[in-house]
Formats: sequence, C-alpha cells, structure tokens
Amino acid sequence: MRSKVNITEEKLSELKAAMEIHKKEPGPLMPTLHAAQKIFGCIPLPIQKIISNELDVSIARINGVVTFYGHFSVEPKGKNIVSVCLGTACYVKGSQGILDAFSHDLNVKVGDTTDDGMFTLEATRCIGACGLAPIFTVNEEVFANGSVQLVKKVVQKLKS
Amino acid sequence: MTNYVHLTIDGREITVPSDYTVMKAADSIGISVPRLCFLEGIHEQSNCRVCIVKIDGQRGLKTSCSTKVAEGMVVHTDTKEVYEAVSFNLELLAGNHKFECWKCSRENSCEFLDLLRRFNVDNDFSNAKLFDQKEIKMNDTSEAMLLDSSKCVLCGRCVSACEKQSGLGILNFSNRGSNTYIGPAQFHNLEDAGCIYCGKCIQACPTGAIREKDEIKLLERALRDTSKTIVAQVAPSVRAALGEEFGYKIGTNVEGQMFAAMKALGIHEIIDTNFTADLTILEEGTEFINRVQNGGVLPMFTSCSPGWVNYLELYYPEYIPNLSTCKSPQQMAGALIKTYYAKKLNKDPKDIYSVSIMPCVAKKAEAKRPEMGRDGYQDVDLVLTTREFARLIRHRGIPFRDLEPIRPFGDLANYTGAGVIFGASGGVMEAALRTVTEILEGKSTPVEFSEVRGLKDIKEATYTVSGIDVNVAVVHGGAAIKEFFKLMKTTDKQYHFVEFMGCTGGCINGGGQPIVSAINQEKYDVRALRSKVLYNIDQNTEFRKSHENPAVKMIYDEFLGKPNSHKSHELLHTHYNKRSFYDDKI
Repeated sequence: MRSKVNITEEKLSELKAAMEIHKKEPGPLMPTLHAAQKIFGCIPLPIQKIISNELDVSIARINGVVTFYGHFSVEPKGKNIVSVCLGTACYVKGSQGILDAFSHDLNVKVGDTTDDGMFTLEATRCIGACGLAPIFTVNEEVFANGSVQLVKKVVQKLKS
Repeated sequence: MTNYVHLTIDGREITVPSDYTVMKAADSIGISVPRLCFLEGIHEQSNCRVCIVKIDGQRGLKTSCSTKVAEGMVVHTDTKEVYEAVSFNLELLAGNHKFECWKCSRENSCEFLDLLRRFNVDNDFSNAKLFDQKEIKMNDTSEAMLLDSSKCVLCGRCVSACEKQSGLGILNFSNRGSNTYIGPAQFHNLEDAGCIYCGKCIQACPTGAIREKDEIKLLERALRDTSKTIVAQVAPSVRAALGEEFGYKIGTNVEGQMFAAMKALGIHEIIDTNFTADLTILEEGTEFINRVQNGGVLPMFTSCSPGWVNYLELYYPEYIPNLSTCKSPQQMAGALIKTYYAKKLNKDPKDIYSVSIMPCVAKKAEAKRPEMGRDGYQDVDLVLTTREFARLIRHRGIPFRDLEPIRPFGDLANYTGAGVIFGASGGVMEAALRTVTEILEGKSTPVEFSEVRGLKDIKEATYTVSGIDVNVAVVHGGAAIKEFFKLMKTTDKQYHFVEFMGCTGGCINGGGQPIVSAINQEKYDVRALRSKVLYNIDQNTEFRKSHENPAVKMIYDEFLGKPNSHKSHELLHTHYNKRSFYDDKI
C-alpha cells in the first residue's frame, strides 16, 4: 500500500497557527506552503483547499505554485529518496543507465513512489559534484562513480 | 492632460499618446501586428512571443503588446528577422498541436489557425516527428464543457478571463517547462473544481482547447429517428448573435432566418423560450409579491441563469432560501413540452425529443439535473449552444443568408417584449417590474425601467410601488457577484429583489455565443451591440408586458390554473442544493 498522508488535528492546528502568522505579512503563500510541506511531508489537494480558504487564493493557483517548485510535492514521498543526477557531466558519464537500473530494480517510474511507500525515485539536475560523476544520492548520502553494479548493491542494502 | 510622443513605425511617422503600447500604436495606423496571447484588458502578459517587433537601438526583438512607445522610437514590424522569428515561434507551437480542424469547435474562429495561414507555417517539427509530442490530457467528464490539452497553446488567456471576469480562478498553469498544462489543480475534474460553467474561458481561448461538450451528433441521430418528434426551443439571445457565425455584423437580428434554419434542419415543432420567459415573470413576480406581503425571505434572487445558480450553490449556499424557486425558462419550457404540449400533439412524452438552443454552456448541465424531469425522462434531452447550432447549419449546407425569414406558429412561440429582453443584463428585472408594479398598483404602469439597463457591473434603483420603496439591484458576471455579496454583507440597505446573471452583460454574452476574436473584442462593444438587438425587438412588439401575452393567459386557463398554483409548483418550480468541490478525501 502506498503510504497515506497523515492529517491529524494536531498537524492541522500547526498549519493554522503558521497561517495566522504569515497572513500578517505581505505574500503569505510561499511561507505557508513551506510550513505545509514541512508539517505534512507533502501538499495534497485537501491541504491546498484549506490554504485556499484561509488565504483567499484559488486552489488552481496554489497547485500551480506547488507543482512549479521541486521542493514541494503533492503526493507523499517515500521513506527513502533516491535522486540520480542527470546534469551534463553525469549524463555524459552514463547516469541515464543508473536511473533506468533504479527504476527497474525498485519497480517504480521516475518521479514516483513505490507502492509500499519505501522509495521515491527522482531525476535531479547538477548537484555540484561533477568530479565524482556519475553520482546519485540516497537521502543525505552521496554515492560517487556510480554504476549499475553499485545500484544493485545499494538497493539490496536498502531493502534488507 | 495626455502627453504625446512621436515615433516611426515601418517608416511612417506618427504621434500617439505616451501610454500606448507599440502594438496599439501600430493598430492605430492600420498595421496589424500578429498576436495570439494578447486580450486587451484581460490578458496582457506577453507569453506567446508572436507579436515581436524590432526596435532600433534595442537588443533582440521586443513584444509589442507590452512595450510602451517612447519619443523618437523607430519600430519595424515586418523585417526578415521578425518574420523568421514569428514563423519559428509558430512552428514550435504547431509542433505540439493536434490538428483535427475538420471536427474542431473552432472551425471558423481559430486565431491560431489564422496565424499559421498568415505565416505559411510548414509544420516541419510535427511532420518530421523530431521530438516527442506532449502527453494529451483530457478533462471531459463534465456535462457542460471540456479541456483538451492537445489544442492548448498555453497562452493563459483563459486563466486571466476566469480570474478577472468570473472572479474565480478555476484554471491555472500547473507543472513547468514542457510538462506545463492549464487546468484545475491536478487537472481535477471540472465538475468538482468549483466551476460555474459561465464559459468566459471558452470565449477567451484562441483555439479549441476549452470548448462546450459537442453534442451535434446526438441531434443528427435524433433527426433520423423516425419514432421521435423533435421539439426545439430557442433562447432570446440566440437571435441576437447567431448571424455573426454567417458573416453578419455584430448586433444583427436574425430571428426569422434562425427559425427558418430550424425548420430546414427538420425540427418538427418550434417553440420560443421567450414564451417561458414571460411565464417566468408571472411565476417569479407572484412569488415576489407573496414574499413581500407575507414576510418571506428577502431579498429575492432571480434564478434564470444556471451559471449564477451554480455560483450560489457552490459559494454562497447560505443564501439558497433567497433564490426564487422558479425554474429557468429553458426548464419551464422543457416541462411544458413533455406534459402540456405532448398532450396537445397527442404524443407519449417518451417519443418527444426536446432540444434547446442556448447561448450558454451551463444550460447543458442544468438540463441533466435529476430534478429536471419526471417518470424516467428529462424535460430537456439535448442542449446545443448557439455555436453548435451554427456549425450544424453550416455542415448541412443550409444557405443561412439566403433563407426566407419565418415565424413559428405554435402557441408556445408567442412572446412579449418583456420576454425577449431576458437575454440582456437587467432584462429579467425590467420584465418583472413591468408586471409586478401593474399587479400591485392595480393600474397601468410605465413600460421602461431604464435604470436597470446598461453594462455597469452592479446597478441599483429604488421604485415606489403602492407606497412601498422597493430596492432592486442587477448584478452580472462572477466578479461582480463576489463584489455584491461583500457589499450586501456590510450595508444596512434592505434589498428586495436582485437579478443575477453568471455572465457579464447577461445571456447575450453567454459562454455558448459565437466567439469574437481578440481584435474584434477591442474594436466593438459586443455586449452593447447584442443587447440593442433585444431592446429593439422589445420596442417593436405588440405586447410589452408578460401578463399581456395571450398565450400565457391561455396556458393558465387551460392547464396551469393560476401563477404559483399546485400544478405550477409541480412543473415550473424546483429546489436547490448546497454543493462543495475538491471533495476528495485523502
């Protein structure tokens, strides 16, 4: 089962409190969205609707902002976030193959989360470590000189 | 005081006000700079890069729609560089467009196609399959309209029209780069996104990316079904705009040809929604008088515009008791077609196919409401917009311009001047006042109430009727509705009767009316020209007050009894429900 967003009364009042503060400032939408992303781990439609009512911004506009910035997400992300760099240097060194290998081994499409909610696979742009290309990250950890073999090893370790 | 500047455009020296854009300056001397995303007063954000021009001394090419003129400026609108750049931009847009022009709702009003023609675009990218086309997203579960991303050029005109004209913001850009699409949040189903179906986005769209649900084929099939009797009604505003689809000037009355075209299509019985507009006045007027005399909920709100009814049910459900219980004229006609008229024709209601031709897309969804029928059938089986009706006439090869005007002869095609002005903002109020004042005062009262006419967003007036000061207001367009509710919640003024319409200008500017190109929207006051048609008809009708309509008197005598009778309530009145949207649970 895909992990559900956990919307509790406690978290909702946390969001409301954040909105009360941001509403007093000019341009309250961005800080509110940052707060929502932090509180819920994502900003699904029901949360967008609450923000819409509170800030008097249309849901379509809010979703536009949420889907524009990579930092926000509409769906909950997995427990482990695998990001493969597709920046120029990494791409030239074959990172597309690494991305494909993760997609195959984790059985998940790029940009999606596995059904068990364990993994989210993302393609990212340059993260500024081109000397170590091709690279990928799992959560905060950076893996240098990536290869399909390394992918297999990492997946095995993560799954166990 | 206006300041003027001197500039040169394509070698011609001109003087224009200093607040002009380069595009406007060029327009003023008849130089038509190509444009796609520009919609004056509504969308001026320079997204499409089709209006680019060369300005001496400035780097690159500039968007003429957003560049202000300056003293001594030298502009070139048609150099080789400009021509190649515009052509290339159009090539890129064409590369992602799904060309289905033969079945496109914008067959003769596509601003994108006009540009492709003007620049002889080869469509190389698409033909050579040089890159993957974008994923096609269809949002087509609504009863009224649909979004089709394969036709969308991402100009954003619909987004601005929805925000500025409807005051809603149902549509916006989502995602970014090549994944960008326009729609409700997460491309959520339109019917659950808070949309009222006013169709301002359709009128703003330069292509067929947002359109009414095309149902011409259903009528084509019904016309060939020998077991069916086709009874069609047509709304007041259709006659004021249909001509535009056949090359007539905006503001031409084509009533007679419209009826002739219906006959030529093979429609068996023609009735006029103007007749039920008159009937609405009797029902709604009586309801209003009852509310005033018996302490009912005031102000009473009109209920003819389904866009407005959607608005109230979605955004201000606490005001549902204020809404008149009268069905809209379309649904009153539908109910009478399937009962009174069926009996007259000696037909089983199930063998009658009831069609309505409307200036409106919201009417399509209204006809599908479960309470709008009985015994397992709907009162209105099919709603076609003015545009769909025009397409059908064209596709059938009916020579509209050469048709001999006719008038239908059925009882339900009789109308007064009060019925026909329903199509313009203020018309329902004026028609109601003509009848209500006369009933309350017990003597002949004036015909014209000019205070409620015109295009001002919110119109107010006070009339003294048999000693009571009656405060009325007329509100049209979603943005104005929002304003009015703000006003009503803060003022001490007791309004008695308020006319609301979902579209600015009323039905004459409905979401189902012929599309007016961006350039013509700048040039003509479309709402005023079309309204004038209706007021002219009103002036020239024999009877100008709904209660004087002989056919209305007859139907009460023969069938309904009296206004707000038990029978009237059963057939001509309805109820409303609070609705919510984006209701997905997590």
